Amino acid sequence: MKKYLLLEKREWIILGGAALAPWIFGFSPYFQGLLILVLMWVVLGNSWNLLAGYTGQVSFGHAAFFGIGAYAAAIPYHHFKISPWWGLLTGGLAAVILGYFLGKLVFRLRGPYFALGTLASGEILRLLFGEEEWLTNGHNGILYMTTFISKIPYYYLILFIAMGSLVAVKVIMKSKLGFYFLSIREDQEAAEALGIDTTKYKNIALAISSFFAGLAGAFYMIYMGFVDPEVVFALHNISILTILVGIIGGVGTIWGPAVGALIMVFIQELFRSSFFGVGPQWVSQLHSLVFGALVVVMILYLAGGVVGDWDIIRKKFGKKRVEGQG
Amino acid sequence: MSILKIDNLTKRFGGLTAVDHVSLEVNEGEILGLIGPNGSGKTTIFNLINSYYPVSSGTITFNGHDITHMPTNRIAKLGIGRTFQVVKPLKRLSVIENIMVGAFAREKTFSGARKVATEVLEFCHLDGVAKMKAGSLPIAGRKRLEIAKALATRPLLLLLDETAAGLNPTELVQAISIIKNIRTELGITIVIVEHIMRVIMTISDRIHAIAQGATIAEGTPAEVSVDPATIAAYLGSDFKAENRPDA
Repeated sequence: MKKYLLLEKREWIILGGAALAPWIFGFSPYFQGLLILVLMWVVLGNSWNLLAGYTGQVSFGHAAFFGIGAYAAAIPYHHFKISPWWGLLTGGLAAVILGYFLGKLVFRLRGPYFALGTLASGEILRLLFGEEEWLTNGHNGILYMTTFISKIPYYYLILFIAMGSLVAVKVIMKSKLGFYFLSIREDQEAAEALGIDTTKYKNIALAISSFFAGLAGAFYMIYMGFVDPEVVFALHNISILTILVGIIGGVGTIWGPAVGALIMVFIQELFRSSFFGVGPQWVSQLHSLVFGALVVVMILYLAGGVVGDWDIIRKKFGKKRVEGQG
Repeated sequence: MSILKIDNLTKRFGGLTAVDHVSLEVNEGEILGLIGPNGSGKTTIFNLINSYYPVSSGTITFNGHDITHMPTNRIAKLGIGRTFQVVKPLKRLSVIENIMVGAFAREKTFSGARKVATEVLEFCHLDGVAKMKAGSLPIAGRKRLEIAKALATRPLLLLLDETAAGLNPTELVQAISIIKNIRTELGITIVIVEHIMRVIMTISDRIHAIAQGATIAEGTPAEVSVDPATIAAYLGSDFKAENRPDA
């Protein structure tokens, strides 16, 4: 496949499509809002995928980084009226610093214990940011009048961040760093014997991962104009949904999180709006149940996710010609 | 000149002394065979050399560096490569990617690592299966992949832990020739643990025999194979050569 500036031709087409996407459906702000959400989840999904999918350190607490990024944008505004837009610089950085200290604790743990450690980290931060009212304004949250009424600037901003995260993961996975991440996922002891400082490289993976999660958090604050610990540090709506985006799309694949984000936001919206308003009201209560069922089906039949098991999907739906796909 | 010097190395697991005051030297360019009955501490010595287990007492010196308490990855960087008895392929990576991971120890770039990996692939006769996932390799391939990964890190000293176990006669011949080539073509010093006597006696310059964690004999293969302590350890002290049924 021929490459033009890091991306393949097909990927430039997708990027072009994404750049035009907000103009279809008659410039509908509702539709644009959904697209922004998809792209935000692409960033979070990529962030999680680098740490969990490629480095094998399955995090159940990505809300910690997302939330700290959001608060890095919100707290200076709340106290000193410093524009939350600075969060685009400080959000990722705050998350990296948090990741460094959390890493010191949770990287002592392996496998399921690591997952539980990260889960606890997210929950501790949620409680902490709810209680420390002098700093965070507690459960009242922090409110900010968003800069633009139109969604278009936000759309292109998050598209830029999402593409950045995708290209970053792609470039990393073609480098020494990426190979080291994979070897840690596959066998830490073998990796050590090959001269790989596994603790160091796990921390690097965590730093890159938390940077993008923090950036997504800062974007959330700028775009929504509101943070509340129960929202940005949410276990279900952030940490778990991040994992679902990864699993549905395909763990350890470049395009998995992007596909996963598209599917998850679509399904979530489909149910939350009761099939866009045509279904009965009670349908809106179903989305968690559907997510659960979807995960069961995916793990049973498509453990590699939509992208990872694309060949299987193509075969199932009758396409005779199955070629290698990238 | 000795490249590896082990002095009074001891490892205790609670009340059990797995390695008991073992001292040995490996000279540059030689192949040293480490033999002993099951559970005598051969693999434990390897695990102590590359700091997989912490040492209880004694010192290990490699190429002028005291590596006794160095972390595993730094020891590998200094130039000790090892294979695992229970092979550790990076299963979901292809064979060439496995080797590239090793090659990145000395190479910074993707293309540099790929070049080294390609050479090692050929050297270990794995070029036919380069694109295969390491997890789907048969056992002979996995054993050779262990060697290939370690070689890709460009070691000065290679610790081979039962790389010939479980191979059929044809594969065995191939494995022996690879091990011999490592020394003659690449000039790498080797310490080898092996149960198959035919292998270890033909390729080793010197043999170091241990039983129950302690040294019982050292010398050339010919000397060690007639050493009474070795025979006692392997076959029991009441075994007399002249009583052999075929004698």
